[in-house]
Amino acid sequence: MVNKILMAHGAGGKLSAELLREVILPAFGNPILNELHDGAKIGRLAMTTDSYVVRPIFFRGGDIGKLSICGTVNDLAVTGAVPKYISVGAILEEGFDFDALKRIVNSMSAAAREAGVQIVTGDTKVVGRGQADGIFINTAGVGELIDGVDISAKKICAGMKILVSGTLGDHAVAILARRHGLELPENIKSDCAPLNGLIHDMLAVEPRIAMLRDATRGGLAAVLNEIAQAANVGILIDEAKIPVREEVRGACDILGFDVLELANEGKIVAVVPAESADKILAVMRGNVYGVDAAEIGEVVTNSAGKVGLRTPLGSVRIVDMPAGELVPRIC
Amino acid sequence: MTDALIKKIARLAEGKGELRFMEVCGTHTVAIFRSGIRQILPANVELVSGPGCPVCVTGDEYIDKAIAYAQRGFIVATFGDMLKVPGSRSSLAQAQAEGADVRIVYSPLDSIRLAQENPRRRVIFLAVGFETTAPTAAATVLAAKAQGVTNLFMLSAQKLVPPALRFLLNDATTKVDGFLLPGHVAVVIGADAFSFLATEFKVPSAIGGFESEEILLALTSLLEQLDGGEVEVANDYRAVVKAEGNVAAQRILSQVYEVADVEWRGMGIIPASGLKMREEFAAFDIERVEPAQIEHVGKKTACRCGEVLRGVVKPAECPLFGKACTPLHAVGACMVSVEGVCAAWYKYGGNNFKW
Amino acid sequence: MCLAFPAKVLKIDGDLATVERSGVKRAASLMLLPDAKVGDYVLIHAGFAMQIIDEREVRIRDALVAEMNGAPRTVEVLP
Repeated sequence: MVNKILMAHGAGGKLSAELLREVILPAFGNPILNELHDGAKIGRLAMTTDSYVVRPIFFRGGDIGKLSICGTVNDLAVTGAVPKYISVGAILEEGFDFDALKRIVNSMSAAAREAGVQIVTGDTKVVGRGQADGIFINTAGVGELIDGVDISAKKICAGMKILVSGTLGDHAVAILARRHGLELPENIKSDCAPLNGLIHDMLAVEPRIAMLRDATRGGLAAVLNEIAQAANVGILIDEAKIPVREEVRGACDILGFDVLELANEGKIVAVVPAESADKILAVMRGNVYGVDAAEIGEVVTNSAGKVGLRTPLGSVRIVDMPAGELVPRIC
Repeated sequence: MTDALIKKIARLAEGKGELRFMEVCGTHTVAIFRSGIRQILPANVELVSGPGCPVCVTGDEYIDKAIAYAQRGFIVATFGDMLKVPGSRSSLAQAQAEGADVRIVYSPLDSIRLAQENPRRRVIFLAVGFETTAPTAAATVLAAKAQGVTNLFMLSAQKLVPPALRFLLNDATTKVDGFLLPGHVAVVIGADAFSFLATEFKVPSAIGGFESEEILLALTSLLEQLDGGEVEVANDYRAVVKAEGNVAAQRILSQVYEVADVEWRGMGIIPASGLKMREEFAAFDIERVEPAQIEHVGKKTACRCGEVLRGVVKPAECPLFGKACTPLHAVGACMVSVEGVCAAWYKYGGNNFKW
Repeated sequence: MCLAFPAKVLKIDGDLATVERSGVKRAASLMLLPDAKVGDYVLIHAGFAMQIIDEREVRIRDALVAEMNGAPRTVEVLP
């Protein structure tokens, strides 16, 4: 039996779910938390928190600062809220470069400006050399729930369409490339972005969107499995319709990764009424962060709690919850 | 593109009774699940998985040894695939959480860099795999020697595919009508290394690539051989598989390693079915430099790994499958290695998705 | 334990090559495939080039499959 925390406990897959189920929920469980969405709904407010420990700190397409604002903004937006206020807690390691800190702070400020949120409170702690790795950031956020919008697994029913807002895996590949000796072409960078504008546009044309999720750790595979389980429905997606950049596919071939399990930092998954799917897609494609948006599948009656994927052969295979940490493999 | 292949397979399989084809490569096992090939095959064609996962056919002691070295302060360099495989008590992932220094490498060559960057530490590379991977470890040893690296060692457990096939064909409990042969093993050892299947055992076989179309092509060859064709080793992966294989790789492999009798999980000791380092390279063989004393743990469980690996029973026929044994809490290695047979059956749930 | 991928050799420096797959570059050792040349497509496994991909054989395979799908026989005239 596992009696120590493993890296996989933080990877958003099965072990993360087990940690939640066996340790966190028994201690803290309450009706608000038990929803297990990216953000909590409290009356007309939405609230969320997230910690950022990404390595490298600076990467193509962003840095830990931009990520820490966008991640929290997106968690609020997918709850059906307009993000408003953000808190920032930073843990710095003794000896951390001052210029690096300024760069990070400036990029947080730029991201907050773009997302239209204010950083209203914060805290800084410094720990001795070796007690942290450079910088860790925690942000929390509060938003106002949009009237007439109810993002909830209970609203999901058979026949609804599954949309994604763009190409998958860009962030993970941008982060992992250097670690594994890959050299990427210029166009491949993290997709880290505030998506509240995109989501606002989508909800404006269709307030009845049933579910919105931000496909971060564990990627599309984790998010769809969580949705299927929470709503007790089956989800069937079509491999050929999933937008993936050729270069990301290439990196996956090289490292033995499954693109469905790769983290994104600027992609949402939406479950929407079938009749308005095209209308929502059109709006998404008109937004700079949704240009490659696509309909990739639908909610089905059978196989509750499971995710199926139609392969190019025409068969359907199961897409499982990712098992844990992404490591390159040769199997 | 594949429609014609699927139709041809259906036509050839018609009226042939129950057919069992075995793939003996874990990469094939995973590719077959991921592409959903089983669902489009005729009902009388069954694909069974053989001993194709090198991690799964290696005993618990191997992981126990790796952990013992890690606890002794060695840096253990390994392919990511090995991280979660259970030994008799623990896995490398757990050992890492308890402070062991385990590093994931993409190529065995990366372990040379690790050794150079940590001149005061000793680095062990976990050299597992079949003939595809074994030459990469051998080349790494040669490169380390040439560069004067003295703090890199191999913990070797490589295995050879043809002797395992011979064992299966001599084993009365295994029933197979044809083999889908491992394309990338064949890249190294050559198509001719499998010719004994046709000449001695008269069993159909086909070397296949890993795209769904390539797998279907190889299955078509197997059915053609059963449909009155000549029994042979069909090479359906000619773009990279030559009759003689990769001679340079074979030469490097045999320069560093020699053939040895080794133990396979579920099959016992198979003569000349594994590799051990030659005396000349003993300085790179951690088991000669500093043998690990590990306590032998006789695990008594109802795990039927051995029979699963021989294709005798399907994973679901094991009483532990999906109950006491799941990928998160695995009893047998087959359940945790990415390409383990049980892991694939569990992960893809037999691909039973209705809509 | 046999994942491998095709890649094109862009550059060779001693027994180390730079190979490319879909625009992504990586180093690969040519120790096991000393005959590889710049421009060859090779099969890479665990950071090593394992074999040169015979492009004519790839075309023959594609032609055979196309033929099964009703295309005219072209295998004999392939370059």
